[in-house]
Amino acid sequence: MFSKRKFMCLAAAATMLAAIPVQAFASDWTPRRPIDFVIMAGPGGGADQIARFIQSVVEKNDLTSRPLVPNNKGGGSGAEALLQLNSARDKDHTLLVTLNSFFTTPLRQEGLGIDIQTFTPVAMMGVDPFVLWVHKDSGITTFEQFVEKVNADDGQFVMGGTGKGQEDSIVIAYMSGAYDLNIKYIPYDGGGAVAKDLAGKQIMATVNNPAEAKGFYENGDFVPLLAFSDERMDAYPDVPTMKEKGQDFSYYNQRAIVGPPGMSEEAAEYYRDLFQTVYESEEWQNYLQSESLSPLPMNAEETREYWTKQVDNHRELLAEIDD
Amino acid sequence: MRIGEISVAGILALFSIYLMIKSAELPIGYIRGEGPGGGAWPFWLSAVMLICCGVIALNWWRGTSPPSQSDEPMLDAFGWRTLALVGGGLVVFVALISVVSMYGAIGIFLFYYMRFLGRHTLLLTLPVALITPFALFFFFEGAMQISMPQGMPFTQPVFDLLYDVIY
Amino acid sequence: MEILSYLVDGLLLALQPINLGLIVIGVSVGLFIGAMPGLGSVNGVAILLPITFLVPPGSAIIFLAAIYYGAMYGGAISSVTLGIPGASTAVATTFDGRPLALQGRASLALVTAALASFVGGSVANVLFTLFAPPLATLALSFGPPEIFALMLLAFATFVGLGGDDIAKTVFSICIGLVFASIGFDQISGQPRLVLFDISGFLHGIGFIVLAIGVYGIGEMIWTIEQTRGEVTTTTPRMSVAGMISDTREAVRRGWKGTTIGSFLGFFVGVLPAAGATPGSLMAYGVAKLVSKTPREYGKGSPDGVAAPEAANNSASTGAMLPMLTLGIPGSPTTAILLGGMVIWGLVPGPQLFVNETEFVWGLIGSFYISNFAALLINLAFIPLFIWMLRMPFTVLAPMIFVLSIIGGFAATRDMHDIWLIVIFGLGAFFLRKFDYPLAPAVLAIVLGPIAEPTLRQSLLLSSGDPSIFFTRPIAGPITIIALVLIFLPALKFFRRNKSTESS
Repeated sequence: MFSKRKFMCLAAAATMLAAIPVQAFASDWTPRRPIDFVIMAGPGGGADQIARFIQSVVEKNDLTSRPLVPNNKGGGSGAEALLQLNSARDKDHTLLVTLNSFFTTPLRQEGLGIDIQTFTPVAMMGVDPFVLWVHKDSGITTFEQFVEKVNADDGQFVMGGTGKGQEDSIVIAYMSGAYDLNIKYIPYDGGGAVAKDLAGKQIMATVNNPAEAKGFYENGDFVPLLAFSDERMDAYPDVPTMKEKGQDFSYYNQRAIVGPPGMSEEAAEYYRDLFQTVYESEEWQNYLQSESLSPLPMNAEETREYWTKQVDNHRELLAEIDD
Repeated sequence: MRIGEISVAGILALFSIYLMIKSAELPIGYIRGEGPGGGAWPFWLSAVMLICCGVIALNWWRGTSPPSQSDEPMLDAFGWRTLALVGGGLVVFVALISVVSMYGAIGIFLFYYMRFLGRHTLLLTLPVALITPFALFFFFEGAMQISMPQGMPFTQPVFDLLYDVIY
Repeated sequence: MEILSYLVDGLLLALQPINLGLIVIGVSVGLFIGAMPGLGSVNGVAILLPITFLVPPGSAIIFLAAIYYGAMYGGAISSVTLGIPGASTAVATTFDGRPLALQGRASLALVTAALASFVGGSVANVLFTLFAPPLATLALSFGPPEIFALMLLAFATFVGLGGDDIAKTVFSICIGLVFASIGFDQISGQPRLVLFDISGFLHGIGFIVLAIGVYGIGEMIWTIEQTRGEVTTTTPRMSVAGMISDTREAVRRGWKGTTIGSFLGFFVGVLPAAGATPGSLMAYGVAKLVSKTPREYGKGSPDGVAAPEAANNSASTGAMLPMLTLGIPGSPTTAILLGGMVIWGLVPGPQLFVNETEFVWGLIGSFYISNFAALLINLAFIPLFIWMLRMPFTVLAPMIFVLSIIGGFAATRDMHDIWLIVIFGLGAFFLRKFDYPLAPAVLAIVLGPIAEPTLRQSLLLSSGDPSIFFTRPIAGPITIIALVLIFLPALKFFRRNKSTESS
């Protein structure tokens, strides 16, 4: 209904009919203006893809009376998005789609004056695990061989990633520390570019979300060696986890929706109901499965505790990188 | 023109120096085994900019570039007036955006420019100044789904009404 | 001949009445979105996604291709009529398109652009159809050193673009490159050059901000001042007979540029990360290099319009190749498309060509149809755009200012950038007064963000040894050609200078 209207609006660039079937939600509050849907990354990355997917589920099922308007603010590792949220003019019509720079950026750039505990938790849509990949032509099939190869290359083993302080570099830094590896790390501007250069054998290994490497994996180009999840992943039952290797380490990318500090309780309730509906939708459940995301349902209180824990974790992990 | 040429080169040289200082916040040297540091690229390019300003100054002193030979004023009275009315109008336009919203500012700017600079009749000016913002509103907010800045709180009821129309 | 039957299926799909209707709407909408400064195919494709739930996925893809092509054609329209490049790919089009328009020959420029775009798109489509898999392999063999070598080659074409004052030209290139490095250092992961510690600089300075400032504001004020406010762009003529003779002239004087642009653009476009802007720039440079009358370039040569237009259309089609064959986004537009594929339940990646033949060939088929439709619709709209130019300048000028500001905001969503546009505009006005060429800065801000990271990635790969650019089989020859091209004119320049001084 909504899409059709927009479609005609587009074609004629003119207005038409009123009267919208507003979904009945638990609270009486409904948005009156377009909702600024801030994304902590540039267009095209994993976070952007998820945000646009959520937006399309909302539109397809006609869940809101006002559109979610995606707004990419990737500058300064997401610092810009956090600043935008922190000083949002219209606190009830601004939302943020996060990844882990939500935790790391305020730690790395203390001058921003961002305290994430002041933000309003809205919904936890799932967490994205990481996997260690190599190219099939490398001949490496197990993590042990990988460690051997890295040691044999003595500092000439090249891995690609999305940059110092980014999620994958944290994982690589932990791995290097635990196994005393000397890896040469090349930063790229996005997970897609990293996957492309692994496929082209410009680099030898990567740590990517399954979603970014899946196409090449199914084609047989990439070999997964190790998962950084708590348990073995359904899509990769033969891939051992870091925990099985005796290291107490798992790492996920947080895919959550967050409101600005001082969002009204009614609005927060409205959005929680909204994203609960999205979460339960068939589309989102299929997406979780096909992109190998893990569900991690939690309420607002639990989310705040989770944040505290993650901030502490990241403080330690980042300290290791900067050494 | 002669004075203008050297002043512009001077300002640009100062700007280059500022960029160099700012770049030097990150390492500007060649890190062994890694290549240039994070500040090297902008630092050395700004240094080239500074050298260029030096060459421009040299050319000015020797009088080889056309602006440094010309005795004409950079801008005559008409030029300054145009710059003030058009450039100043733009600055006011942008400043008004956060007061009366993007669309309000567009209407005011169109009216100002067409009525006072273009000397068009009210009969032409008013419809253009009123219809354009609405057309742009429906194009950007309705069709493209891009929200424009909304100005101070008093513009809010207007927008809420318009949103009721388009959604 | 399997390919041929797939292609025929794809074409038939695109020719169904509902799909044909969508193509006409899509192309028209795309044309206007592309012609609006600040908006481009990204916006068109982003608004398309929700519509995909309304029509069958096959039709959705076709609609998408139509918007994509429409937007590509549209980019040239603002370059020619308003003098503002609507997208970075259309910067080179302004070099000769704008002078033609000022001579009252806007219709020749627009017709040339439309025809060249059509040929470029068609050549790319055929190459795409025949050679997609081997080209994908080629794309993968381009790592950071190869991309950097290619950027060097693109810079080599700058040498001919500047004014007579070499110091001012070099200054312009450097300031563009420094502006491009503002915001964030990808390699060390740290904020960099956050000027005056204003948080708006964290996201850097976008191409669109500089381009709208320089062309939409600076150039406009300069024109108003220069013509004493009595701007009379020679009233463009407009008649069917006129358009036919323009078409003839466009073919006669633009075929060379079109040919060069079509092929060069495609090969550059296929490489992920490079994209259509270097492609169109290099096409312009090469066309000028091989031309018998290089002096005409920049003064209104139809070849100078045809080369970049053929190249950017060809490259934009080429950019679809890494997306379809590898699942890798080559541009923000293709990135959003990839997201769309996930929503439609497709798995982007090397298997797409094998598993989803109907989707892939439906899309390629609709490229052919959309390209043709875009040509016809574009030609049909040319009189409208010419009519716009006939508006009194005191109505047109404020409209251009308004479109610059609102389009700039639509592209950046940040008031900080709007202020920058105004500041750049006023700055550009003064620099223009003192003969600083500004096109090199605008192009440098596009190439800088590709050149610097690839340079440093390469040096990381080689542990700091610069010989990596010469020893790799693909990077080596490109680097050498680029260096020769850069130093040859410089050498000539200094020699000429010396001889004039001594005489």
